[in-house]
Amino acid sequence: MKNEFKVIADLIEKNKRVLDVGCADGTLMKFLKDNKNINIRGLEISKEKVQTCIAKGLTVIEGNAEKDLKQFPDKSFDYVILSQTLQAFLDPEVVINELLRVGKKAIVTIPNFGYWKVRLHLLTKGTMPITKTLPDEWYNTPNLHMCTIKDFVHFAKSRNFKIFKSLALNNQSASIINNSNLGIKNLIADLGIFLIEK
Amino acid sequence: MNTEINLKTLIVKEPLKLDCGKTINDFPIAYETYGSLNKKKDNAILVFHALTGDQFVTGLNPITNKEGWWSFAVGPGKAIDTNKYFVICSNVIGGCMGSFGPSHKNPDTQKTYGTNFPVLTINDMVNAQYNLLNHFGINKLFSIVGGSMGGMQVLQFISNFPDKAKTVIPIACTSSHSAQNIAFNELGRQAIASDSNWDEGNYNDKNIIPNKGLAVARMAAHITYLSKKGLQEKFGRKLQEREDIKFSFDADFQIESYLRYQGSVFVDRFDANSYLYITRAMDYFDLGKQFKGNLSEAFKETKAKFFIISFTSDWLYPTQENKDIVIALNAIGADVGFVEIESDKGHDSFLLDVPDFLNSLKNFLDKSYEE
Repeated sequence: MKNEFKVIADLIEKNKRVLDVGCADGTLMKFLKDNKNINIRGLEISKEKVQTCIAKGLTVIEGNAEKDLKQFPDKSFDYVILSQTLQAFLDPEVVINELLRVGKKAIVTIPNFGYWKVRLHLLTKGTMPITKTLPDEWYNTPNLHMCTIKDFVHFAKSRNFKIFKSLALNNQSASIINNSNLGIKNLIADLGIFLIEK
Repeated sequence: MNTEINLKTLIVKEPLKLDCGKTINDFPIAYETYGSLNKKKDNAILVFHALTGDQFVTGLNPITNKEGWWSFAVGPGKAIDTNKYFVICSNVIGGCMGSFGPSHKNPDTQKTYGTNFPVLTINDMVNAQYNLLNHFGINKLFSIVGGSMGGMQVLQFISNFPDKAKTVIPIACTSSHSAQNIAFNELGRQAIASDSNWDEGNYNDKNIIPNKGLAVARMAAHITYLSKKGLQEKFGRKLQEREDIKFSFDADFQIESYLRYQGSVFVDRFDANSYLYITRAMDYFDLGKQFKGNLSEAFKETKAKFFIISFTSDWLYPTQENKDIVIALNAIGADVGFVEIESDKGHDSFLLDVPDFLNSLKNFLDKSYEE
């Protein structure tokens, strides 16, 4: 299981009710169900991946986060997870508001466009950056709204979201982001993980 | 219809009050079972059949001598694995395969009921079938499964008996019959009624059947079970055993010949009055209405795990109507999974060899049984 999922799992206490939006093949769901006794549900757009989840005994609904989150009542989950897909929505702000309506808290992870390798790629090669977390070409990337860790922190503050925890992840280790190290973390992390509440 | 072959039958002694206000008792429910009930009695699956189905889910149907209607899904090693699960299916009341229906004789008058049979609802059907649990001494079913009208019965069953099933699988169905659904059913009923042999439903005692009307009803309905793309791929404009069109009203096209055949074989196995009664029950089905328009309330009492399945090319019970059930369940935080299966085979997809569907069904059942 990838490091990002371990960090997310550590943010969630046992026996909670969790919705994984864009749960893919259910790897994180299964881990949370088996190891933390989480009452876990998934929402996934790909039919094939929904079927994979069902084969793992996971409760998943085929659907689209932009349209199908509205069926869940307010605060019906303790946590709602959105891993590395916020940037792919037509209107990320609508989605994040929905996450925070449905969940008491939301865990959002973003590929960091401020990561030094991304910056260096653009600076030296002059072409759109391709990295481990941003593997696609400009013409086939699903990403519409790339942002940096700094952008996300500014966005969350401007919308008065409460940030409980911000973590910077690069390869091996996760570290806390705070006001004083925001600039440096924005440079050295390829992924930002945020625990937020509205 | 055929009573020469010995059908397994449960005679329900207890009175059953029907939605129309009448009460029936000492009535038969014809059923069939597959596989065996284990000692813990926790491996039973109640399968509900669709409009023209019957209790003969799989294997050879002894009445028609054809494969059971759900042979692709049910059997040893199949999605609903009869090596593992005990499958029960019964003919709905109002039907014509041994359960209490309009082709039965009224013991008081010695005449066939015909249209004097009480008008039934989906609710009546599941209340009647509930007696099978006591009959087999089953406290809780492992699963209830059904497609189309079978799915409607699944929804009604879990609403009526919220703690009597661990898992619930409504397939290609709706919680409320749409105007379009009612329209197609009415077309079928009017086709039957306009056949002079029907004679207000009194044909049985005269040993005639409204075969023409019933065949047309089946032809019209059959079109609704297929998709435009499926029909086009299978038949297109292909001609039936001829080089060119004949400038006549013969079956020039293969699709015409196919529909005529479907109509003609149907009249041999199905009773016209049963067709009226069962389509009426479907039209009356509106589960939300039973709960003042709030469908979620229908499922409020149950802790069962739901898995809802629809098909992309099903325009009779389209994905959105299946999703409305998912939405109602999510609104109350129920345990519900949902998948729309890609298929060109229309509403009939649930009866056919659609591997993604059959695999999903199998995986869901087997994983849920392990838990």
